[in-house]
Amino acid sequence: MTLVTILVLAMARMAAAEPDVSPSPNGGAPARVVSMNLCTDQLAMLLAGEGQLWSVSRISLDPMVSPMVDEAKSHVINHGRAEEIYLMRPDIVLASTLSPRSTVLMLERLGIEVAQFAPASTLVDVRDRILEMGRVLGREAAARAVLARFDARLEALEADQGPRPRAVIYHANGYVSGRGSLAGDILDRSGFVNAAHTKGYGSGQVMPLEVLALTDPDLVVTAQTYPGGSRAEEVLSHPVVRAFRAGRDSAVISDQSWVCGTPFVLDAIEQLAEVRRRIIARGGE
Amino acid sequence: MRLALPLLVVVAGLFMVSLLTGPAEIGVGRSLAALFAGGEDPVALVMREIRLPRALLAVMIGASLGLSGAAMQGYLRNPLAEPGLIGVSGSAALGAVLAIQTGLAATFALGLPLAALAGALGGVLLVMALAGPRGTSLTLILGGIAVSSLAGALTALVLNLSPNPFAASEIVFWMMGSLADRSMTHVWLALPLMVVGFGLLAGLGRGLDALTLGEDAAQAMGIDMGRLRLMLVIGTACVVGAGTAVAGAIGFVGLVVPHLLRPLVGAHPGRLLWASALGGAAMVLLADIAVRVILPERDLKLGVLTALVGAPLFLHLILRLRRERI
Repeated sequence: MTLVTILVLAMARMAAAEPDVSPSPNGGAPARVVSMNLCTDQLAMLLAGEGQLWSVSRISLDPMVSPMVDEAKSHVINHGRAEEIYLMRPDIVLASTLSPRSTVLMLERLGIEVAQFAPASTLVDVRDRILEMGRVLGREAAARAVLARFDARLEALEADQGPRPRAVIYHANGYVSGRGSLAGDILDRSGFVNAAHTKGYGSGQVMPLEVLALTDPDLVVTAQTYPGGSRAEEVLSHPVVRAFRAGRDSAVISDQSWVCGTPFVLDAIEQLAEVRRRIIARGGE
Repeated sequence: MRLALPLLVVVAGLFMVSLLTGPAEIGVGRSLAALFAGGEDPVALVMREIRLPRALLAVMIGASLGLSGAAMQGYLRNPLAEPGLIGVSGSAALGAVLAIQTGLAATFALGLPLAALAGALGGVLLVMALAGPRGTSLTLILGGIAVSSLAGALTALVLNLSPNPFAASEIVFWMMGSLADRSMTHVWLALPLMVVGFGLLAGLGRGLDALTLGEDAAQAMGIDMGRLRLMLVIGTACVVGAGTAVAGAIGFVGLVVPHLLRPLVGAHPGRLLWASALGGAAMVLLADIAVRVILPERDLKLGVLTALVGAPLFLHLILRLRRERI
């Protein structure tokens, strides 16, 4: 063990030995919470009590992926590094199960509790995560209220019955979203048939452009492209994909609506359901 | 001329095979009918917008690499000169990456190939300056290593600094090359510069033939060495720049093809030019068919296959050069 580690560990023990100077007002709820993951940032910002959430991750400031940029600005920003998070003296750290393992282990060795949330891959998972975050923050009532609104809005969006047009979610490099992914579930709930799935392509598989052309879906859903340009995203503006957009409905859904299993997925469902109504209306003419 | 017909037949045959190779299983008759009949149906879309540009680009880029390899080898009288090995392709890739990341490629259509041309021009001038007018194999290869590793490092740096989350993983594409998911847009982007480059390089035949007798003899025969050099440099930069801008750097084609065809054309660098253009087209078509047959749904890079063929040949050439010196 190096001297530095010993010193750090000694400091951690001292910190742990200090009496809790700020006992949380409502029982066991943590008073100072730091979130280091885009998705836990959102859930925490939605559920935390006044002054409870101290810091959120830098990515929450990026409008390309974060639906809560303005809210994030009113918090201290962290960069997901163990050192800076330790110095914030949090009562609990919120992370994803995909957060860098070394950072999480380091924080735990320093005596900080880390709550890890698994990424959601269905809307049922989204409901679970809301309740889970409510428990971790000691804000069960707030979580139940958010969940009630979520369920009501989802029910309203799903109520629409009728024909199910065929759609493909086409990502950079030609990756598709199949069943068992959050994006796939969003598509399903919006009233579409996942044409990639019927063609036998699962999540994380590449559907070649040729196969996409022959699948001939009613709708190709693509993500918004990032600045700077890349060859991976060029496939989204290939003439074949463009041909599907011309004269048909298209949907460009920015990553902020569906990278995280938070209530914001309902925005994606709402947007897709709107496109579906247009497709059906035109088909019925 | 005995060679021209078989080479043309091979290129035409491989072109057809390339058109009929792909993950979408379409019958031969149906796909060819869709290619010519056109229309809006999905099969026509696949044939005209996916397979046709891919096959056309393979021919154009293969011909570029074969032709420029043969021309450089003729001029430098060195069988190791090749745009990929001496860093011209790498410098072109750097120019292309800069154009994409600075937004030049998006604001001005020809910005991408022109930036790649500028990169290639810089690379070829630097290598020729480093190798000197009568560059030995050693100085040429050392200069090439320096230029290609510098260009590769700068390309990686630019892609790592990009705000785009996908850019960094594209280092492989720029260094190994691929024709996956290209479209007619890319054909039109590359074509103008390639036509200029082909024109310049095709005019080198007489000069290169004369040069086999030595520079003094060539000058006595009325060959303007300065002009010859200029045409070679600009022609190479045009064709390699345009090709690299749309398909990344594909190595070893310009090394393998002239080497295989040289015995068949006799010791005539001029005749080797057009033969290598056809041979290069055949080699890239073949490699591009192979990547789709070996791993149909993953984008195996073309440079992987050309290097598997080219690197052993490169070693063989080095060993032979060493023996000749002893």
